[in-house]
Amino acid sequence: MRIVVASGKGGTGKTTIATSLALVAAEQEAVRLLDCDVEASNAALFLHPEFNQRKEVGILLPVVDEMLCTHCGRCAEVCQFHAIAVIGKKTLIFPELCHGCGSCRLNCPEKAIHEQLDGMGVLESGLTSSGIAFAQGVMNVGEPMAVPIIRELKKWQSDANPAAAHLQLEQFQLEIRDAPPGASCPVVETLHGADFAILVTEPTPFGLHDLKQVVKICRELGIPAGVILNRDGIGDDAVEKYCAENELPILMRIPMERRFAEAIASGKTLVEAAPEFRASFRALLETIATRVTA
Amino acid sequence: MKLAISISGNRLDAPFDPRFGRAVAFCLVDSETGEWTVHANPALSATGGAGVQAAQFIAKLGAQAVVSGAYGPNAFETLSSAGIELYLAPASESLTAADVLALFKAGKLSKPEAATRPGQHGGGR
Repeated sequence: MRIVVASGKGGTGKTTIATSLALVAAEQEAVRLLDCDVEASNAALFLHPEFNQRKEVGILLPVVDEMLCTHCGRCAEVCQFHAIAVIGKKTLIFPELCHGCGSCRLNCPEKAIHEQLDGMGVLESGLTSSGIAFAQGVMNVGEPMAVPIIRELKKWQSDANPAAAHLQLEQFQLEIRDAPPGASCPVVETLHGADFAILVTEPTPFGLHDLKQVVKICRELGIPAGVILNRDGIGDDAVEKYCAENELPILMRIPMERRFAEAIASGKTLVEAAPEFRASFRALLETIATRVTA
Repeated sequence: MKLAISISGNRLDAPFDPRFGRAVAFCLVDSETGEWTVHANPALSATGGAGVQAAQFIAKLGAQAVVSGAYGPNAFETLSSAGIELYLAPASESLTAADVLALFKAGKLSKPEAATRPGQHGGGR
């Protein structure tokens, strides 16, 4: 089963939920946690994995062999992103526009295009002391595009990397993906292929506004979703009304309490700081399992 | 000389459009005979790479020079590679393509030595 923890608005508690959910689940099943917020990964700060695997990832950029190129212009024609221009006897490539789709290479009648990895970031993995297989993507500073790194993180397996057997698909029962904030391509990529989405929000107009956007994405992708209301007690009841009107179950409530904020600020997980939530997370896992298999 | 002027209408007296990649259209005018045609810019609603696409379009039209208000790095490189001369005209609401043509003929337009603005959206991907 694959569960994504997303939010829309940033800072609502995605990582707080994802890390505690992973800890509670790992007591009973093999869990892997993917930190898909490759622009600012932070789940490792709470779970302290020992990273022992590393892989550079990116997209494949076209390279033109000028000896073979006849400047027919087919590559420029098929490029949806205008990353190639053929002008007279020159073929220009604009790497920062390229999405690495490979259409130019596939369509070149002269086989004059090959591809070369443009490193955009790294994947790192290792086990935590509680036995969670942890993996994260870290995007290079200045890179504009996170999606290729998330895509590689999701499919990173032991085939190419025998030492990382703990990340192998068949060897875990539950995958938890900690999503980036927002509702743009990186979030869509993180959600893609998931069985359930936990949407963490707060009862404020900002929380609601961004929640609606992520709910729309989940519906578009056909992923069932439920809401966790963090900082419950502040703001207004608009999120609850919206959830009721849109048949979104409220799966858990976390009240606004200073001790939670203090614990998290000092690097503790929610279930470490407030063990009474252990039962709530266990129940949450059961609720989700029932919904997914139903 | 065949001159492509970025415009926001469909006639020689249409307003000058200071955007290059996102110009509404290009007026292709022969500076000697004054004959003109207007061509809708295919890059107007491109999700990215508008400068590259518009530059290739201008090159295919056979323009030898282009006048716009600004050029990004990719547009600059593509136009320069195509051997098209680049000219800059001021972003003024009252300026028409015909005015730009007159300024060109009078030798009053400047030529940029490099891209006049940075790329957009951090590259677009």
